Amino acid sequence: MRVLAAMSGGVDSAVAAARMAEAGHDVTGVHLALSRNPQSYRSGARGCCTIEDSRDARRAADVIGIPFYVWDLAERFHADVVEDFVSEYAAGRTPNPCLRCNEKVKFSAVLERALALGFDAVATGHYARIVDTASGRELHRAVDPAKDQSYVLGVLTQQQLAHAFFPLGDTVKTEVREEAERRGLSVAAKPDSHDICFIADGDTAGFLGAQLGEAPGDIVDAQGNKLGEHQGTHGFTIGQRKGLRIGTPAADGKPRFVLDISPVDRTVTVGSREELAVSELTASKPRWCGPPPAAELHATAQLRAHGEEVPVTATVLDDRVQVSFKEPTSAVAPGQAVVLYDGTRVIGSATIDSVQRATAGV
Amino acid sequence: MTPPDRRTVYLDHAATTPMLPAAIEAMTQHLARTGNASSLHGSGRCARRTVEEARESLAASLGAQPSEIVFTSGGTEADNLALKGLWWSRLAADPRRRRILLSGIEHHAVLDPAIWLGRHEHAEIEWLPVDELGRVGPDDVRRAIERDPESVSFVTLMMANNEVGTLQPVAEVAAIAQEYGVPVHTDAVQAIGQLPVDFGELGVDAMTVSAHKLGGPYGIGALVVHKETQLTPILHGGGQERDVRSGTLDVPATAGFAVAAEHAVKHQADEALRLAELRDTLIAGITGTVEGALLSGDPTGRLPGNAHLSFSDCEGDSLLLLLDARGIEVSTGSACNAGVAEPSHVLLAMGYDDQRARGSLRFTLGHTSTRADIDAVLDTIGPVVERAKSAGLQNVGRNT
Repeated sequence: MRVLAAMSGGVDSAVAAARMAEAGHDVTGVHLALSRNPQSYRSGARGCCTIEDSRDARRAADVIGIPFYVWDLAERFHADVVEDFVSEYAAGRTPNPCLRCNEKVKFSAVLERALALGFDAVATGHYARIVDTASGRELHRAVDPAKDQSYVLGVLTQQQLAHAFFPLGDTVKTEVREEAERRGLSVAAKPDSHDICFIADGDTAGFLGAQLGEAPGDIVDAQGNKLGEHQGTHGFTIGQRKGLRIGTPAADGKPRFVLDISPVDRTVTVGSREELAVSELTASKPRWCGPPPAAELHATAQLRAHGEEVPVTATVLDDRVQVSFKEPTSAVAPGQAVVLYDGTRVIGSATIDSVQRATAGV
Repeated sequence: MTPPDRRTVYLDHAATTPMLPAAIEAMTQHLARTGNASSLHGSGRCARRTVEEARESLAASLGAQPSEIVFTSGGTEADNLALKGLWWSRLAADPRRRRILLSGIEHHAVLDPAIWLGRHEHAEIEWLPVDELGRVGPDDVRRAIERDPESVSFVTLMMANNEVGTLQPVAEVAAIAQEYGVPVHTDAVQAIGQLPVDFGELGVDAMTVSAHKLGGPYGIGALVVHKETQLTPILHGGGQERDVRSGTLDVPATAGFAVAAEHAVKHQADEALRLAELRDTLIAGITGTVEGALLSGDPTGRLPGNAHLSFSDCEGDSLLLLLDARGIEVSTGSACNAGVAEPSHVLLAMGYDDQRARGSLRFTLGHTSTRADIDAVLDTIGPVVERAKSAGLQNVGRNT
């Protein structure tokens, strides 16, 4: 097969490309330039789009012995991922840009271009497994639970999966590093990238503040009593506990969490852990990895990257999914994806729109 | 990376051209010998003799005096030395000389030092107009100088453009500038071996040449500097090269450079005819069969080895990838940033829109090019363009 290997300059995608080439595929490496103004060098473990990363990817491709090119997807990435990220926060929601990037850039713009140029598939260094069955391709969790990235791939449809390879899904990270070393790939010891690649210094609040400006408002409790002030609702995420900067402690002395964000009246509502608990959620824009599931199904759900899996009952409507939790769960943020699993298999995902609190009053 | 094998069709000679066997032989012979050309003992004298013979040979090939050859590390350094050296030396003699006249189609090795002088030394950069074929008009140069001749630092104009191959009226411009006592620099990197070039006849004050573009080694070039032209040095040290360019000379490279230049100049006339015929076959074959393919630059006043074409509705990047996969090596342009192709500043200066500029390919022929290379391109270009068109244009049709 003619395979396009997306190479970030990190160890995972380098080993993924090497494995594809070793398996006998005709592999071409491509580094996706996603930043409009790439930094020359990496600073710390963050970022994935510096010129140094591009050079690392090229070196890896040379060692593997495959052709290598850089594709400029900065405009596309900005329009589909960065702008979406900013506008979601402006709307009081908490987006997942990696998921959006997989949906709109890696397995859309890049895959389409690859197929048009005569490639059969795109391979990435994501930790997830593809299992071929009689009824089609299935997406499963990786064997390394610490690295599993099936959550951010839960947006992929059967058609996208049909042209995807994740060669690292059956390997644990430490083995990938050892393999990179063995293969002479100089990125073997390169630190893992964390956080959001387009916010190089990791200061998400600062980035959003620069994009959206200050919009001061009140921090209130569920009864509407003012507890403090903030410089912009985009600085908050549902379930957030740290950085609330509330002067007066709660009456019961227990920690307070963000319950609700309302950018229209610039209000951030906080409350106790009990008040945070959610019994149901409604999500929209479902994307199924295989055929659409039954109208009602028992499954497990993951509600954020690296989040825990919780048992749920999901009701699938036309363009919505209603999810009720077996046990109330906390920190469910609109804008994040709810990804449904059947064991290790990813059923699909949808974007969380609203939640139903387990306790009344919010 | 698999090294290119004999089936590779190499059509990127403007980027670099294979070393001539005679140049390899001359260079390797000297690589085995010891001697700093500045040393006073026997080995040093031996090295010095090699350098000076190379200098004499190169001067003869270029129509210059041996003392006018300043060896550098390559074309970029020679351009930097010319621009900065002329700037400071002219300014020291007369503080009014702050205008630099150049066009937007110069190589980055000329453009960027000029822009740097603008930012850091308060030079006034004046852009000479370029027509749609990529030509600078001598009358425009005259008008620009005439406005205030005393305030001109220098004019720089390349012999032939590296991307679209358009030849420039350097001799005419030099004659005009001379009337006003204004020095002229020319970047002749693409011209040697493709055009007849005689430094003395050309009448310029400084001329940049590079070895690896004419069959010599990487890492060496020269600035030919008229003996009466003063340059302020930009590399200071041991005082080599008339005190203009310090640094121990790469003795074997000077030898390889001289042999390659001699060969290139000796065969220039025949080679230009041969390459122009191959190039015209290539251009006619592509524009005749591929819809939307257009020749860029001057159809007649162009480098014999240059065929620059633009293709509608597709990315040059896609074309390059597809041709590369078929063993055909070409270029989309000259500038790149971390491997990301920017739309060519040359095409933009010629009035191309962004999209047309992005859908361009540069085929450049050289001493190893054959009819079989041209046939290989013509056999594959049609389907390649079709496929690239289906992959479409980047940044178009975004789904927001």
